[in-house]
Amino acid sequence: MSETISNVTVTITVNGRQRDVTCEPRKLLSDVIREELVLTGTHVGCEHGACGACTVLVDGAAVRSCLLFAAQMDGAEITTVEGIANPDGSLSDVQEAMRDNHGLQCGFCTPGFVITLTAFLRDHTDPTDDEIREAISGNLCRCTGYHGIVNAARQVCGRANGGES
Amino acid sequence: MTTTVGRYIGQSVKRREDPRLLTGHGRYVDDVQDAGTLHVAFVRSNVARGRITELDVSEARALPGVEAVYTADDLNPMIQQYWASMMGPRIEMGGESVYPPVSVLAPGDVRYVGDPIALVIATSRYIAEDAADLVVVDVEPQRPVLGLREPITNTDLVHPETDSNVSQTMPLPEIPEIEALFANAPHVVTRTFAGARATNVPMEPRGLTVHYDRYRNEMLIRAATQSVHEIKAFAARLTGVPESNVRAVADDVGGGFGQKMMVMREEAAVIMAAFKLGSSPVKWIEDRRENLMASNQARSEEGDLTFAVDAEGHIMAVKCNFFEEVGAYPPSAGATAMLAIGVFTGPYKIPIIIPGCTAVYTNTVGKSAYRGPWALETIFREQMMDHVAREIGMDPIEFRRINIIQPDDLPFKTATEMTLENITPSETLEQVVEMLDVDSFRAEQARAKAEGRLLGLGIGGYVEPSAIAFGVLNSDPAVMTMDVSGKVQVRLGTGSHGHSIETTIAQVVATHLGCDIDDVAVIQGDTATSPMGPGTGGSRTAVIAGGAAQTASIEMREKLVRIAAQLLEASPDDLEVNGGVVSVKGTPQAAIPFAQLAMTAHMAPDMLPEGMGPGLEVIARYRPPTEFTWSNATHGCVVEVDRETGMVDIKRYIVSEDCGQMINPMVVEGQIAGGVAQGIGGVLFEDMAYDSDGNPLATTFLDYLLPSAPEMPDFEYGHVESMSNTLGGYKGMGEGGAIASPPAVANAINDALAQIGVPALTRFPFGPSQIIDAINAG
Repeated sequence: MSETISNVTVTITVNGRQRDVTCEPRKLLSDVIREELVLTGTHVGCEHGACGACTVLVDGAAVRSCLLFAAQMDGAEITTVEGIANPDGSLSDVQEAMRDNHGLQCGFCTPGFVITLTAFLRDHTDPTDDEIREAISGNLCRCTGYHGIVNAARQVCGRANGGES
Repeated sequence: MTTTVGRYIGQSVKRREDPRLLTGHGRYVDDVQDAGTLHVAFVRSNVARGRITELDVSEARALPGVEAVYTADDLNPMIQQYWASMMGPRIEMGGESVYPPVSVLAPGDVRYVGDPIALVIATSRYIAEDAADLVVVDVEPQRPVLGLREPITNTDLVHPETDSNVSQTMPLPEIPEIEALFANAPHVVTRTFAGARATNVPMEPRGLTVHYDRYRNEMLIRAATQSVHEIKAFAARLTGVPESNVRAVADDVGGGFGQKMMVMREEAAVIMAAFKLGSSPVKWIEDRRENLMASNQARSEEGDLTFAVDAEGHIMAVKCNFFEEVGAYPPSAGATAMLAIGVFTGPYKIPIIIPGCTAVYTNTVGKSAYRGPWALETIFREQMMDHVAREIGMDPIEFRRINIIQPDDLPFKTATEMTLENITPSETLEQVVEMLDVDSFRAEQARAKAEGRLLGLGIGGYVEPSAIAFGVLNSDPAVMTMDVSGKVQVRLGTGSHGHSIETTIAQVVATHLGCDIDDVAVIQGDTATSPMGPGTGGSRTAVIAGGAAQTASIEMREKLVRIAAQLLEASPDDLEVNGGVVSVKGTPQAAIPFAQLAMTAHMAPDMLPEGMGPGLEVIARYRPPTEFTWSNATHGCVVEVDRETGMVDIKRYIVSEDCGQMINPMVVEGQIAGGVAQGIGGVLFEDMAYDSDGNPLATTFLDYLLPSAPEMPDFEYGHVESMSNTLGGYKGMGEGGAIASPPAVANAINDALAQIGVPALTRFPFGPSQIIDAINAG
């Protein structure tokens, strides 16, 4: 029961800023990001690691924040979707490409796709279509049929849209 | 084919919604975290049907942090009225719509797995769930009522308050002359088709925060809803709080696909609980397990179809008898097939239709709208077109060509007395045939077969009754105001949940008012600022709210022109409007910007034309000229079926659609793509199965399989733009992608399998195991 468990304090760097967070040890990283850090761009779509909406970067790697406890994160560097745009507030290449290609409709899954694609395209400059689709296979979108999202990735890689590879 | 009207309509304008959503600055219901908010967790039944023999909440109530634990006895007796605006009052109130019995928490017995039994309110969701675990529930299980046909005669009842499990029925008539026609027809083909139970799965689950302040007798609701006005009206009826004292707000909403149109039982329970509590905001955010287990579902439907066809391939008559389950507590319990029957003839000249339908309650989660609620007519009919063609030895495309409505046939009165007009089914069919290059495909198919590979081609077509305009859906409002600076706000009764309305309506307004799009703000989703409208659903917003925005824009423009005419001492007929400036035609230096006209209207009313009052407001409402605005499309699909694994690879997917005047082609194509993906999922992957004890078997995303990126193709589009008879020429197209894709995919799979003599599958899903079983049996 909650009242019998003592809280833990961890130090996390979030979007470049160091934060001390005190929370129950059972509290999910996704909930701490949303409630304690009030970064509500990280969305919770399934809480079982299947939909990818809660994806954040932890030490550069795209991970599902609903499958981690905040208590595990002491010393970690976390980037949420709020930390992706350029410092002047303009959209990043991935974000701009998502907009150009109608890669989002309702926008709920979008932060997860932005994070996943940001990490993938950082590490893969010339992926095939199959590699792009595989890279986002752990993120679910119910609105777009993925076509606009795949086209966005193609645009970031400097490729024409819609082509078969 | 795209036509452009003015500067904005017809252009793929980038969405103004996107910057906030791409950067994590959307505001979904769970993103609003007001201090003092309490959190709800439900205790749910894990038995499909049974009597509650013990319910002890004392330990849960004693847990620190728990504010309240409510059961049926606390909330059900307080309910004043329980009915949906779209369906109207209950039969016992003098209305015509069928509803299940009223309860927001299980009243002594449970009626499906997931049935809410108790509602816990605590200071955090974690504590609420801890407390829910402490509620002691004992249920004596009873044999559940399951299936689509068996419940018709089953004397075990889902609802003891009713005398039958049948919620609505229209028996298939037997007419001697028709029977004789079928007996003597050259070809008679009979098939039974079945859908797979599916669920909408918006990526944002349901959720709401309700704050009832008993000292003000006011209620504020923040909800993930497609219609703020519906949840406002519903909450007022439920609780007896005057509707004028209820405000509902929806900021960003993460999808709905019909699931957030009607108020569902848990939402009603949270409203009642907050009303009883009378103080703090009460928040419930559905988790995914709840969404898959207990949020309303659809497509558990079957159809018995018989087609009589003459020697040349003309359809002479059809019989269609539909069966569907509505679960235990649907938002309304009428048969979806009633609407489906009305449009069953689709794009074909079918002179006689003999329809029947039966809907039954079962011990499963309730049925509700899912993108194209009446889609069973197209899903079954379009598969039937291929079955009939195959049986009478005709190419399915040729069979469609022989029966399809041609331009010369319009306006066409269907066998169900609907008048189809301004549609292009034969044009979209031919466009798809051309884009598919069918002759080349057949050659490729033969080559592939020689290599041991199975390719298949499928077609699906429909005519959609978009923008339904009767009852509370009859019209949409637009309130336009221009402020002193000459910028406009347009307030709508819509509920965008992914529909790009902030962008597309701004395109309509900027075009028809004659100003820059950045000078137009679109406001929706708050009953305090938005006029009463039925929300967004049923492929209505572009057509009806677009018509309202257009009406308001034209009226505002006329008003501005009259003021300018007065100030310029010119005739209104000699003026033109462009870029937010009214000028004399041919004399551009004689011009007045909107800001100056607005300043005159607001601050110098004595300078206005005779009879014109001060200020700049327009209240408009648009009601389409007909109850349906018909849109249409043809889908074409090429698949490869792996005969070893049963896996289906979609090689090409083509949509030719006619949604009239396109406002934003990018948005149109996005709507199509998303709908098609859902339709593909409904054939290949998605199956909300129940076992024989009434247990749902797909309550995680590892069991309920949504399409993911690797399974989806690049979509190809063709557009035919024929204007509707509505103000802007628009036609609704939000649902069509999901309506025609299931039969197109099914037909392609069966076309592939037919090459090796496998009898055509008729029951969704067509998953790998079903396909392998069919291959092995064939």
